[in-house]
Amino acid sequence: MSQSFDEISAQLRKRHRQSARLKWMSLGALLLALAFLVVFFADMLGKGLPAFQQAQVQVEVDYSEQASQLPLAAVDEEVRDLVSRGWLRTLPMQMRDNPELLGTTRTEWVLADGQVDQYLKGHASRLRDDAKARVDRLVEEGRAELKFNTTFFSRGDSKMPELAGIMSAAMGTVMTMLVTLAVAFPIGVMTAVYLEEFAPDNRFTQMIEININNLAAIPSILFGLLGLAIFIQFFGMPRSSPLVGGMTLALMTLPIIIISTRTALRSVPDSIRHAAFGVGCSRWQVVRDHVLPLAMPGIMTGSIIGLAQAMGETAPLIIVGMVAFIPDVSATFTNAATVLPAQIFTWSGEPDRAFVEKTAGGILVLLSVLIFLNATAVVLRKKFERRW
Amino acid sequence: MNRILKTTVIAAAVMGVVGVAQARDQVRIVGSSTVYPFSSYVAEEFGATTDYPTPVIESTGSGGGARLFCNGVGEGTPDITNSSRRMKASELERCIENGVTDVTEAFIGYDGIAFAQSNANDPMPVTREQIFLAVAAMVPVDGELVENPYTNWSEIDESLPDRQIVIVGPPTTSGTRDAFEELVLEAASENFAEAYGGEAYSDVRTDGAWVDGGENDNLIVQRLTQDTTAFGIFGFSFLEENSDVLIGSTIDGVEAGPETIASGEYPVARSMFFYIKNQHADEVPAMYQYAEMFMSEQMIGDLGYLKGIGLIPAAEQARAEAREAVANRVQLDVSDLH
Repeated sequence: MSQSFDEISAQLRKRHRQSARLKWMSLGALLLALAFLVVFFADMLGKGLPAFQQAQVQVEVDYSEQASQLPLAAVDEEVRDLVSRGWLRTLPMQMRDNPELLGTTRTEWVLADGQVDQYLKGHASRLRDDAKARVDRLVEEGRAELKFNTTFFSRGDSKMPELAGIMSAAMGTVMTMLVTLAVAFPIGVMTAVYLEEFAPDNRFTQMIEININNLAAIPSILFGLLGLAIFIQFFGMPRSSPLVGGMTLALMTLPIIIISTRTALRSVPDSIRHAAFGVGCSRWQVVRDHVLPLAMPGIMTGSIIGLAQAMGETAPLIIVGMVAFIPDVSATFTNAATVLPAQIFTWSGEPDRAFVEKTAGGILVLLSVLIFLNATAVVLRKKFERRW
Repeated sequence: MNRILKTTVIAAAVMGVVGVAQARDQVRIVGSSTVYPFSSYVAEEFGATTDYPTPVIESTGSGGGARLFCNGVGEGTPDITNSSRRMKASELERCIENGVTDVTEAFIGYDGIAFAQSNANDPMPVTREQIFLAVAAMVPVDGELVENPYTNWSEIDESLPDRQIVIVGPPTTSGTRDAFEELVLEAASENFAEAYGGEAYSDVRTDGAWVDGGENDNLIVQRLTQDTTAFGIFGFSFLEENSDVLIGSTIDGVEAGPETIASGEYPVARSMFFYIKNQHADEVPAMYQYAEMFMSEQMIGDLGYLKGIGLIPAAEQARAEAREAVANRVQLDVSDLH
């Protein structure tokens, strides 16, 4: 009580110092996080952007009888080792399917070999010196250049870096996510509606609630084991398929959707329910016509975030066989398919250095999709959110 | 709960119908991550040059592959498993128990394991014994087993440089690690048979000198370029691909290279195989076409494509015999594996 003015002002100074220190420390933490992010993005962009370009060479393609047997004969000796072997080997089948090609000669831009591509991008390349000299000459004549890499977006995985693309993985991701959404969204929302609007508050429902919260924190690989045991081994669904992968990821997404839906339902004020009951609505009508529509933005946001998380997941998919070499674009939900993060994982293990840029390019694509999804969630929330 | 159950049951029923109706012209392959690059190269070629879809290849490790492969015969089980070692007798016995009685072995060639460092250093020739003394958990000193006291290479042998021992290698789940333990550690421990009571010893020290590098060999390579004191242990193809930043050590005086590995001179090399489930011949007709493409000179020969990505071709005679075995679908017997 009997503190002097000096003592009090000393204390005050101390408290001010403390709060200033806290402010600087929090700012430091933020800056550090930002710095990590900037370094990560700069690294990814620096490594990944070259993946969107691809060397091409202009060659005379001679669709001769001989070339239909021995594809190497279709191009001049000068460029034979500079064009992609992956393109050359498709010639015989192309000629078989399009007989009118036979006997013609056309000038075409074709894919260059991966090593030529690396050389033109200034990376380490295993090309021999005489081949490098030939590439330099072609560049001077305007017959070899880096063009926008359409292959990267139109084809699936390949062992040849110049042919490797993300198409099959992207399609796999879309199909897997469709399954995940189709399974997790209705079940998740219904569960939440029951727990929030219908269920009595007793030991049993409390236990369910605790379990759901627990499930949200379980390591994702366990869901993979569950998926393997139930969907593949018990129900005999086809391994590696988007169906199994999607259902496995749905198990993982369910708790997130349930929890966010319950939060959204709870934020709808009781006065709305009471008013609806007051005019004689049944419980089902109250939920369907009033509570659910009002909670929808929150439910959508939670579902999109859950989906975005599932989209970046690889661990459970290793167990159900979706991390594999699958170059073909899957046509149905039961064919083998892979997903974007799995494709990135596969590429990161390739010995060929040209795959470093593919890996980073894949990461850039995945990041763009995730940023888009999360931004959609934010926009939805901002646009439709109501404060009571 | 009722709803979940219903949905699952319906989905399963639909899938069951689709699954049966689906003719399986897509070959399914599992197994070793070491064989995976070669196997997927052939698979891609197969998909691009025939009317069959590209076979699906999962990289599960040799042991994991054998387990899936031996689960039984039929739709859901793989047709082929890759292996970076010979199938174990116990694995084949389990196969036979589960009805997988008719298996053909295909030998495709060799793979070497490199002991390498950043090329910022001078080359450092080593012997297997020196690697053993650097890596083992317990080593004999003056005839007694003690915890590994060596922290510098020069303490092991005066001819080696005064440099801290740091070795980045594959984790225990890797087939490369199995091979390293068998071909380097166990082999070298026989030189100290007295100290270890005549038993092969392959425990790796855990005091930080050995670092588990993860399954991804690229991570080990990256680590070596940053930490120039460290040595790495990984597949030979990764050394070849990164020859502008890494140099390999000679082991027991032999340099790792295609010739020395194929001839068996280089001591740390292993054979690679794949195994075909002959009982799937009728359901999966593409299986043998894939296998035959794999065994062709165009792939595993001296001038084959797989050589370009790191396979070390076997001698011509051995290739011909292996090709013959696949063509005749020679049935593998447990007694072959002992």
